Amino acid sequence: MNKIKSLDDLRKMKQSLEHGMNIREKSNSPESLVQIRVAMATCGIAAGARTVMNTLIEKIEKEKIPAVVTQGGCMGYCYAEPTIEVKVPGKDPVVFGNVDSKVAIEIVDKYIVNGELIDGVIPTNYQTINEQK
Amino acid sequence: MAQYKMHLLVCGGTGCRASQSEEIIKNLNTEIKNLGLENDAQVVTTGCFGFCEKGPIVKIVPDNTFYTQVKPEDCEEIVREHILKGRKVTRLLYEDPETHKHVEDSKHMGFYQKQLRIALRNCGFIDPENIDEYIARDGYAAIAKIFESMTPQQAIDEIKKSGLRGRGGGGFPTGLKWEIASKNSADQKYVVCNADEGDPGAFMDRSILEGDPHSVIEAMAICGYCIGATKGLVYIRAEYPLAIKRLQTAIKQAREYGLLGNDIMGSGFDFDIELKYGAGAFVCGEETSLIHSMEGLRGEPTVKPPFPAEKGYKGKPTNVNNVETFANVPVIYLKGADWYNKIGTEKSKGTKVFALAGKINNVGLIEVPMGITLREVIFEIGGGIKNGKKFKAVQTGGPSGGCLTEKHLDTPIDFDNLIASGSMMGSGGMIVMDEDDCMVAMAKFYLEFTVEESCGKCAPCRVGNKRLHEILEKICAGKGTEDDLEYLENLSKVIKDTSLCGLGQTSPNPVLSTLENFYDEYLSHVKERRCIAGSCKALKLYTIISDKCTGCTACTRACPVGAITGEKRQPHVIDADKCIRCGACYDKCKFTAIHVQ
Repeated sequence: MNKIKSLDDLRKMKQSLEHGMNIREKSNSPESLVQIRVAMATCGIAAGARTVMNTLIEKIEKEKIPAVVTQGGCMGYCYAEPTIEVKVPGKDPVVFGNVDSKVAIEIVDKYIVNGELIDGVIPTNYQTINEQK
Repeated sequence: MAQYKMHLLVCGGTGCRASQSEEIIKNLNTEIKNLGLENDAQVVTTGCFGFCEKGPIVKIVPDNTFYTQVKPEDCEEIVREHILKGRKVTRLLYEDPETHKHVEDSKHMGFYQKQLRIALRNCGFIDPENIDEYIARDGYAAIAKIFESMTPQQAIDEIKKSGLRGRGGGGFPTGLKWEIASKNSADQKYVVCNADEGDPGAFMDRSILEGDPHSVIEAMAICGYCIGATKGLVYIRAEYPLAIKRLQTAIKQAREYGLLGNDIMGSGFDFDIELKYGAGAFVCGEETSLIHSMEGLRGEPTVKPPFPAEKGYKGKPTNVNNVETFANVPVIYLKGADWYNKIGTEKSKGTKVFALAGKINNVGLIEVPMGITLREVIFEIGGGIKNGKKFKAVQTGGPSGGCLTEKHLDTPIDFDNLIASGSMMGSGGMIVMDEDDCMVAMAKFYLEFTVEESCGKCAPCRVGNKRLHEILEKICAGKGTEDDLEYLENLSKVIKDTSLCGLGQTSPNPVLSTLENFYDEYLSHVKERRCIAGSCKALKLYTIISDKCTGCTACTRACPVGAITGEKRQPHVIDADKCIRCGACYDKCKFTAIHVQ
């Protein structure tokens, strides 16, 4: 391994290493980030959820969007898989259905970055257990 | 670098390793490989999460799922369900002891909500054997900042401004200590890290060294730069093999990166660190004893002055700080003294790491801001007393400290308040006791420890503590008198006033504080020959409740000393003089006719 000979070396090194720690850093303050949850049950995976998740992770990395991508279980919208749930801080979560890689990028660009809604939103009328007090 | 979707953080601290966390890591990796998820999930061995009660711990990020008491055979399910299908394994989640609900993520656990982790910032977060992870979290950026923009004096001023005080027990202002060492000129100076953690029930320093060794190395180098020392020594007890191994690995990596050695990062400053092993003597936590032990002499204290800052290791100016003190240092430079200064109370800044032990639900390692109350620590973070028993006291400061009781529960914890309450901060052990613990026996336990650990150099400590212990033994055996109590107090004060070093000056504290807070308990031992807590065996009184006794003779046959007599089908009696209080009759009786007092 090369020696760190100057302060610049250290900074460059930190920048290249930060990347690997990103998902751990993000887990420290999930509430201040955009939380994207990909439904990864059997039907979701069969419909391509894994690819969608990879696309989302690459996209937010590339655009440096403060978001964290996690996977969840079946949300019940088997007719519209793959589904993803997006929770922007301060807003109610929105569920999108029939998300392929193209739609996933559109969701990031339009909904997360610009705040515009796009087609494919599934109206939700459920309460998650976390919200019950 | 691969784009992982999740990291599986597995605790690799001593506690969790003892319950097979290495096996868990192996199984998780095998299962991930079996399912072809190598590019999705990465298993990371970390330091202590602090939640030792429920170890081994596996935490999954970014969703912060916190699995407790994981067994090697659970790994397949975790990978198949959580990693592959996104379904949490509910049965392994932490269950809230009050609501009996499973807690979905660590952010909602009472144990973590009140904590503020500065010294433990990387424990349970990074792989301690991987310097890259430390650097990725701003590791060595503090020393880089100092090289770039601060003179040694400015760097010392920053620590002074932060208000950091020594975490080893004394609470001496760290910045001032550094300044004194910096002003004494010599051809060679030394920075010593005191990792000789010796209090019963304390494991703060061990966990920091196991979980984040680089932060201590970086801080030692900073201290070296400030005081003008090029050599660092870590005095660590040989009973900490894992901490030693991780520290050695960390030093090796830092040398490879040029972060230890000559001309660090082109600054012209040289610094290197060497380990010195201690044989685990409590007295070597005292700085002069520690220095003598490092020099190969007997671990005995000497009179101060001269202070180590003037004449320390090999007669050269030496600055000794404790592990936890060092672990705070890099953060102070990164976030600024003003930031640090705002945490804590007026005279005690920052946070303190405590090792919670004893009769408490969440045994473990916690870090809380100074000024938090004992109640918050014990009942909110610690989850209350085990088995729903009543809280009685908490011993802080180990064998040198004292006990705090119910009336101290709402006192804000800091250096000065603890001393005013008759105890001390010490290095941060907190042993919680419930109604079943006898305070006389507790004081006896600590005295037993100090008698063992006294180096024997000065008479008050060598002889006095032995006498204290004898009297306590006498009281616990039911042979004490009221005069003994007065004698205990007087002798304690003499030992405190006349001992040479911190060990003897503080060793009578457990006696004095229990005398003060639990005088009634002492009195009932000597006057009524009763132990209220029912823990002093010699003071137990076994009697037979004649209404309940059916005369079945089961107890007569169980009694090993023939102390029970009586006719068949008639109530029996126990001869208290013959009885050896073994409890065999109590266990045998089917009619709960044996009464224990």
